[in-house]
Amino acid sequence: MSGEAIIQVRNLITGYGTRTILNGLSLDILAGETMVILGGSGSGKSTLLRNIVGLERPTSGEILIKGVDITRCSRRELDEVRKSMGMSFQGSALFNSMTIGDNVGLPLREHTKLAESTIKVMTRIKLEQVGLAPCENYLPSQLSGGMKKRAAVARALAMDPEILLFDEPSAGLDPIVAAGMDDLILNLKRAFQMTIIVVTHEMASAFLIADRVAMVDKGRLLTVGTLEELQKSENPRVRQFLDRVPDAVSTDEQAFLERLVR
Amino acid sequence: MANSFFENIGRSVIEGVEYLGGLTIQFGRGAVGVTRLNPWRASPLRWKTTVRQAAIVGVEALPVVCLIAGFVGLIMALQGAYELKKFGALHFVVSLVGVSITRELGPLMTAIIVVGRSGSSFAAEIGTMSVTEEVDALRVMALEPVDFLLVPKFVAMLVMMPCLTIAADTAGILGGAAFTWMSLGMGLRAYLSTTVEVLLLRDIVTGLIKSLAFGMIIVQVGCFEGFKVRGGPEGVGRATTKAVVQSIFLIIVADLAFTAFFYVFWS
Repeated sequence: MSGEAIIQVRNLITGYGTRTILNGLSLDILAGETMVILGGSGSGKSTLLRNIVGLERPTSGEILIKGVDITRCSRRELDEVRKSMGMSFQGSALFNSMTIGDNVGLPLREHTKLAESTIKVMTRIKLEQVGLAPCENYLPSQLSGGMKKRAAVARALAMDPEILLFDEPSAGLDPIVAAGMDDLILNLKRAFQMTIIVVTHEMASAFLIADRVAMVDKGRLLTVGTLEELQKSENPRVRQFLDRVPDAVSTDEQAFLERLVR
Repeated sequence: MANSFFENIGRSVIEGVEYLGGLTIQFGRGAVGVTRLNPWRASPLRWKTTVRQAAIVGVEALPVVCLIAGFVGLIMALQGAYELKKFGALHFVVSLVGVSITRELGPLMTAIIVVGRSGSSFAAEIGTMSVTEEVDALRVMALEPVDFLLVPKFVAMLVMMPCLTIAADTAGILGGAAFTWMSLGMGLRAYLSTTVEVLLLRDIVTGLIKSLAFGMIIVQVGCFEGFKVRGGPEGVGRATTKAVVQSIFLIIVADLAFTAFFYVFWS
């Protein structure tokens, strides 16, 4: 593992309208590591991921990917950076009008001048890697949720990215299929020198795949470190997350009544 | 009370300007995208999509466009005859139908049918893709959604709208012929040669220019509404409705503008 930061997030502030989502978040992600970004729902972890791939522009702050500040660079530069990234979306986001094979081959067909036969072979290699080789000619609607997610991973791998991002890889999957996704990520980690970023709220899979964990809460970075460091953490919010303790419910009756009649 | 009244006016003006602004930006991007879709550089995939879109937008719409335009031609002949009969000038029905179909009703009816068939489906297709993150996936793959989704539809529409309009013009004129044949006993050959005599090339060309403008409006508004969709399936439904209503409104406005322009500068 090289120690260089491939992604540097500096003082990121984002928000929709007047609501702030990320509030001055800074995070370094090192080349070749598997970083799991943990956080509850509404913590801003998905927003962080969408900012890293340039789907949203922050209010302020900068995101350096391989030295390019994607919050300020031109479209063309952003697209160049994006060609070295692959993302697997929460809902898989496969193109429903295309077969699985065409989905995986799409980036190759659009960005490279490879011959059709080469693209066919590469598509099959990627599908083999995720264990979906027999499904090349199926439409996404003919696959189960777990298979769709695998297909989405194959598509993300198509351009041999340096950075692979996962948005909630196990969301909506049963435990067995979810464990299969974890395995897939582990295999990719072992086989390639890729930087892998996984956004999730599943502690179990985080512990399985992560080199380092970053915990996001209320738009801020709570803690970042290795698994041992995380488990030793004294931070009450971190402990609450690790020990699955719900937020204390406010018992101020006066305030409750006031809220009702306001 | 008065305050909120003016507030509402102000808000809708701002929203309207914002809408037109967004539409113009997308139009600009689309136009640039069209120039990039040249046979030497663009991937064959884009061409395949373009041809498929042309088939869906144009060829599949042909029967319904011809049928409706034929009926409209017949209706125009009947309505015109109702008034012209009083002056014993029934044979003017030929020029009435010819001119009104080529200059106005051919392009307009075609546009309205295409809005209903294709404008709504553009909005629904792209809207669904926005909801399922497919549009985001395109962006992350460094594929510009406007280039990938809008441009093939745009090119298909620019080619097919004039073709459909010519078909509609023909069908409308034949609809008029059906009336004169039944009421005046005028043969098809006589009818057509009279039509050719009264029609100017200008009449047909202005209609085709209009049809190009209508096609642009349908594609741009349909896709714009689609890209704007956030949230869930009900957003897609709303976008589809809005795409149809906005397109028809803008088509009528553009029709008025073009008609006035041609009336002043080219008559």
